[in-house]
Amino acid sequence: MSETVQVSGVTKSYGKVRAVTDISCVLREGETIALVGHNGAGKTTLIKLMLGLIRPSSGTVRVLGEDPAAGQFEARRRLGYLPENVSFNMALTGRETLAFYARLKRVPVATTGGLLERVGLGAAADRRVGTYSKGMRQRLGLAQALLGRPRVLLLDEPTTGLDPALRRSFYDIVAELRADGATVLLSSHALTELEGKADRVVIVNRGVKIADGTLDELRRIAQLPTRIRITLADATAGQVDEWMARSKGWRRVNVHLLEIDAGPGEKIELLRSAAAPGAPVADLDVTPPTLDELYAHFLSARENAE
Amino acid sequence: MMNILIIARKEIQEGLRNRWVLATTLLLAALALTLTFLGSAPTGNVGASALDVVIVSLSSLTIFLVPLIALLISHDAIVGEMERGTMLLLLSYPIGRWQVIAGKFIGHLAILAFAALLGYGAAAVALAATGAAIGTASWLAFASMILSSVLLGAVFIALGYLISAMAGERGTAGGIAIGVWLVCVLIYDMALLGLLVVDQGQVIGSGVLNALLLANPTDAYRLLNLGSGNAGALSGMGGVAENAALAPGVLVAALLAWVLAPLAAAALIFSRREL
Repeated sequence: MSETVQVSGVTKSYGKVRAVTDISCVLREGETIALVGHNGAGKTTLIKLMLGLIRPSSGTVRVLGEDPAAGQFEARRRLGYLPENVSFNMALTGRETLAFYARLKRVPVATTGGLLERVGLGAAADRRVGTYSKGMRQRLGLAQALLGRPRVLLLDEPTTGLDPALRRSFYDIVAELRADGATVLLSSHALTELEGKADRVVIVNRGVKIADGTLDELRRIAQLPTRIRITLADATAGQVDEWMARSKGWRRVNVHLLEIDAGPGEKIELLRSAAAPGAPVADLDVTPPTLDELYAHFLSARENAE
Repeated sequence: MMNILIIARKEIQEGLRNRWVLATTLLLAALALTLTFLGSAPTGNVGASALDVVIVSLSSLTIFLVPLIALLISHDAIVGEMERGTMLLLLSYPIGRWQVIAGKFIGHLAILAFAALLGYGAAAVALAATGAAIGTASWLAFASMILSSVLLGAVFIALGYLISAMAGERGTAGGIAIGVWLVCVLIYDMALLGLLVVDQGQVIGSGVLNALLLANPTDAYRLLNLGSGNAGALSGMGGVAENAALAPGVLVAALLAWVLAPLAAAALIFSRREL
């Protein structure tokens, strides 16, 4: 897979404030990357650097082989961007707005109708943007980002304001783009939502990259325990006590429920013992660490290191 | 070039949609028609053509109104779009920042030119329809009045962009715009007049006076329209104009410089600004 975006050793300061410190990362073709961090962690700054809207204080950014801040526009024609809190001129209709952006990208205006249908704005296309709801403006924002089959899409908090049904159709569109070989960068502060949507996660905190890898890799690095819960079968108290004495570490949640936090190495052993013949177990739940726990782990690991 | 026209087209589209074009045209037409019919009543038969009277009153009106309208349209152009967040998206497109400014300038100027042409033109047409005798010279003077009014508008649109590119907030831009308007339209002339009275011709020769008049675009406009021909005799500006001895070509050049310099400065500041 060829690299579409290369960020190497980039620092961006505003006066004395460092928005981004020495970040390097590479985005590849056909990859969906989640950029995760708190508000103010430097996500938007990083995206603006990739767009060339601001220049790095040091380090280099290359997008589709060009320096985006150099004033060459060939790469931008193949780039889609959805800003956080996207806004449009209120006086024009959705169709007129999209036609304006299509002209700037030299995309045939005739194709905008289909794009409006695709994001579910077909019926509202001839209404003024001023009458749109937040979700509709967000969809119009997505439509303009999709103009002209972009190779790189930078979507800054794309699903804020979308209801669950729209959110699903949004991720369907992202999946189509990925299948088409586009690089999609999704920034978000809610990691949970991105489960199964992103190939790779980049976590930034206070302008520093603190993790970069697939979710499985991050889970392996974090070594977070998996929570196992068992529901006890109707057995005599003595049976249960005897079994609990043999397999240590179980906590009682209530009369019928036991749980344990299993490290990656001991998970299988614990499951075996719970599923062994004679164990007083009626049901069993395995919950891998959630993404939020994973995210919290990387944040606190960073704080402890400082 | 293509990008500039796309932006200009959008500005015009927006102007039509949010009634800027309509409001400006109606305002100018209403004032021009009022001045034409009320203003021509007291002249009686003094030998001045009716259109010359209209030129004098309309250009006095223009000096106040056109800069104000131009600044109102333009002071918001950059800082306003930045605050609303539309500029961020626009600049992520394959378009240069100077192209954004140039496109907006053409669009806004087109709106103003349309309003001036239609509004003032209505007055001239109405006057001709009443059967007043109007000579060719007067028509030419009227046409040059409309053109120079548009040029004056262009000066203040460019100044508005400069203000907009520098200001950190929309409110600041609005305040500075009002200040610039006050200085150019009112305070400068009063100060200049006071200076001339105090000086009694001791230090300020015609060279310095020329420079001082060219340093304010509204004065250049005033001299251009009121300083020559029949209008000069009517307005009483002829005296100043003769002393100042500034040819129309110089005045037009000064106005053009007043368009280009702020526009270039605005583009430069905007290109360095971080979003």
